[in-house]
Amino acid sequence: MKTTGRVSGIISNIVIVKADGAVGQNEICHVWCGETRMMAEVIKVVGDDAYVQVFDSTRGLKIGDKVEFEGHMLEATLAPGILSRNYDGLQNDLEKMNGLFIERGSITDPIDFERKWEFKPLAKVGDKVSAGAWLGEVQEQWVSHKIMVPFVMTENYTVKSIVAAGEYKVTEVVAVVTDAEGKDHEITMVQKWPVKQAIRAYAAKPRPSRVMETGIRSIDTFNPIADGGTGFIPGPFGAGKTVLQHALSKQAEADIIIMVACGERANEVVEIFAEFPELEDPRTGHKLMERTTIICNTSNMPVAAREASVYTGMTIAEYYRAMGLKVLLLADSTSRWAQALREMSNRLEELPGQDAFPMDLSAIISNFYSRAGLVELNNGATGSVTFIGTVSPAGGNLKEPVTESTKKAARCFYALSQGRADSKRYPAIDPLDSYSKYLEYPEVSDYLDERIGKGWVEKVYKGKTLVQRGKEASEQINILGDDGVPVEYHERFWKSELIDFVILQQDAFDSIDANCPIERQKYMYEKVLSVCEHDFDFVDFDECSSYFKQLINLFRQMNYSIYKSEQYYAYDKKVDEWLATKIK
Amino acid sequence: MTTRAFQKIYTKIDNITKATVTLRATGVGNDELATVGGKLAQVVKLNGENVTLQVFQGTEGIATNSEVIFHGEPPKLKVSDALAGRFFNAYGEPIEGGEQIEGEARVIGGPTVNPFRRIQPSELIATGIAGIDLNNTIVSGQKIPFFADPDQPYNAVMANVALRAKADKIILGGMGMTNDDFLYFKQVFENAGALDRIVSFVNTTENPPVERLLVPDMALTAAEYFAVDKGEKVLVLLTDMTLYSDALAIVSNRMDQIPSKDSMPGSLYSDLAKIYEKAVQLPNGGSITIIAVTTLSGGDITHAVPDNTGYITEGQLFLRNDTDTGKVIIDPFRSLSRLKQLVIGKKTREDHPQVMNACVRLYADAANAKTKLENGFDLSDYDERALKFAHDYSEKLLSIDVNIEITQMLDIAWTLFGKYFTPAEVAIKQELIEKYWKN
Repeated sequence: MKTTGRVSGIISNIVIVKADGAVGQNEICHVWCGETRMMAEVIKVVGDDAYVQVFDSTRGLKIGDKVEFEGHMLEATLAPGILSRNYDGLQNDLEKMNGLFIERGSITDPIDFERKWEFKPLAKVGDKVSAGAWLGEVQEQWVSHKIMVPFVMTENYTVKSIVAAGEYKVTEVVAVVTDAEGKDHEITMVQKWPVKQAIRAYAAKPRPSRVMETGIRSIDTFNPIADGGTGFIPGPFGAGKTVLQHALSKQAEADIIIMVACGERANEVVEIFAEFPELEDPRTGHKLMERTTIICNTSNMPVAAREASVYTGMTIAEYYRAMGLKVLLLADSTSRWAQALREMSNRLEELPGQDAFPMDLSAIISNFYSRAGLVELNNGATGSVTFIGTVSPAGGNLKEPVTESTKKAARCFYALSQGRADSKRYPAIDPLDSYSKYLEYPEVSDYLDERIGKGWVEKVYKGKTLVQRGKEASEQINILGDDGVPVEYHERFWKSELIDFVILQQDAFDSIDANCPIERQKYMYEKVLSVCEHDFDFVDFDECSSYFKQLINLFRQMNYSIYKSEQYYAYDKKVDEWLATKIK
Repeated sequence: MTTRAFQKIYTKIDNITKATVTLRATGVGNDELATVGGKLAQVVKLNGENVTLQVFQGTEGIATNSEVIFHGEPPKLKVSDALAGRFFNAYGEPIEGGEQIEGEARVIGGPTVNPFRRIQPSELIATGIAGIDLNNTIVSGQKIPFFADPDQPYNAVMANVALRAKADKIILGGMGMTNDDFLYFKQVFENAGALDRIVSFVNTTENPPVERLLVPDMALTAAEYFAVDKGEKVLVLLTDMTLYSDALAIVSNRMDQIPSKDSMPGSLYSDLAKIYEKAVQLPNGGSITIIAVTTLSGGDITHAVPDNTGYITEGQLFLRNDTDTGKVIIDPFRSLSRLKQLVIGKKTREDHPQVMNACVRLYADAANAKTKLENGFDLSDYDERALKFAHDYSEKLLSIDVNIEITQMLDIAWTLFGKYFTPAEVAIKQELIEKYWKN
């Protein structure tokens, strides 16, 4: 029998419940307010009192109102039909909700339980299987969606029967497996998994060795992110975090994109709703929406569900990884999630850590990032979850707890700089502060040698050094004046400006420049680098600056031209001609 | 919830603090209103039989035997077309005489619009101010604050924007407004013959600060009535959100909550987001656009209020006194409208995005040149030209007293490019240069 309880205290969305039986930490319960049933999660238990955070507004709730405990934690429903959907943080399908407003206690099915799917068996009777083993597949959009032994089944089983190819609903039994004790288990196409636990149905989790291409030069060329890697983007407001995340979601070469809009602006999500069904994935020709699932808990939606939203996103990502797919998970912004934790901790009157955040913030963040990664499945296939989160540091100060904690957990750091944003140098990824630890991995370096060209990583470091030297030169010029330094200083400065304007800056709103494939990046980068390796012959700094301005202008026209078009080659030629006039 | 036929009256208060009272009562709902010794109060905490109430006007004069009457419902506003042209206090009661409004009583601070039902904003709001229209175009359904120091003329600029914006209704939410400013708004709207389009909810400095907490919800409930029910384009002006946040801090402090940055409550982000996110473009053509004011102290935008606001709103507009021209300008570096991409070059002329960026880039070069000059270095020829450009740009485009069409703004920008620079220095797409370059 289910445990029930009565409301005995209310402070904002924390409700104290006097329970009449056993209550588990993180157990889900439902609080009745009149005719409305609201979901809540147990976050603390003291004697008979369960402290629950309600995923809705507690307005009008009274002492003595009824509560039912469900006996399980917050779970995600995993089945074919997740792609292209727009969920709230608790996996309710927003599209299925009636009315303009989200009324309290709105619940909708995460998938269509009536739809029939064309199931093809992959396993045979007698096969030895365990959690995550592929029993069959259905075609979901253009993805082969594997039907697996549920992750909660932790033992070894033998396939006793499996249905023939044909159309089935997700709730119909498609296979029966027998455990070591001879007990039969029926398997359907739908399974549930508690979102706060990692899905570990894989053989190994090796170090990532490939690079996930994003079409963004300052990421791919300067600080590449590994397929199965982790990265984060901190930046003050207005520095372009969201534009960058949208670009990643449009262009990254992943099979599946899961976007978690966590405590951010609703209009930004609307942009995705409006654009993605129209935009094409350049690599597959399919609509972007077909590979995308959006989990959306915007800043005015219930705070408690914000925390749930990132976990729901991660669980769905892990589910698709177990099918051998490349998944990119984006969360904007993890700071809002941390703030939700802070609000809860505050109301529970816990002793606060730095900036009133809970003491275990750092542990929670690193635990979450550790769920990403490349995995080798039990059947030898590989799948990956690449995770990129944004961080919104208070006051743009990167020394605040969320940024610091994330820095310890993530391997790529894309620092957005206010200075760059102010001078409209987008993307505002600071070339010197940012880093990718993956450049230090020998396996990544080998992969890049193969993918792009021999000695690529070395070239990347060369470019970084040039930018560094340019910055030093510019500081000297600022201190000593244009005339106070040798012309070489100006040349050094302008070479770094050339890298900045042609490689690092990219126009996310230009249809051509927005997405730069790796071959094109290689061509442009090597050309720019070769310019930087030359010595020039300038009379004075005025000549130097106007020469480079023209050079930058020609290079930029190249960036705006279709790759390998007549126009592109025409500007390429003009660049060469212009270079020939001054190279020593 | 229905109002009960007779209401139980409590006359024994256990605890009284500066802003709250606690008593034993049963059958009370969270967020419910009550009257404590004749003053309006709201339930903020329930613990067994103990009910804590926040008294909006403060607890001065309340005694342990004061009468407490529970209303059985949260704060509401009566909505109907009769709201137009009227002035209300924070409780939605008419001020300066006049009759009560008849209409449907709606709970304020209602539910969220389903993000999936929203429409992508795409309608430009022209203000005639180039610092806004050219560089930081505002779109209907957007939320954007002015970040301004208290001595800057933000209320005047906002009133100007509101009147030029061609909205069906303008809803003014005044929080901690001085009486002089309130009268100023009233007079400006009156002079423009716009009073019948205006609804005002005002908490002046003469009223208790905690009452302010009701103002944005009141204003937005009225806005939702006109936008959702009537399909109108509604512009909501909220001034000053910093004073609103101060009231939040007072309450949270008196409830013994642990403060986070700058003594603000840890929930500041969510509290502000709940208000600003009411800005919306609706499928029926109606929209709510929010223009707010966040006053800064000494221009510090890292303070918790402007900082959290910046993360919530779709951009911000900075006012700055330009010493070169002696005018108040909209700072092109720090101002931003996030939604401008949805309209510029689409609803405006094709060259708009590139012209806008080039202007700002050249203005930045001028700023560098100025630093050089201040440090006593010689200026190059380019620096000299950039400085001259900056002066003209500031005077002819950035200044808040400019009132022209967007196409005119673009033409002025091209004229300035042609006057001071070569096409290579301006670095705009070649095809646009060929089409628009002026010698």
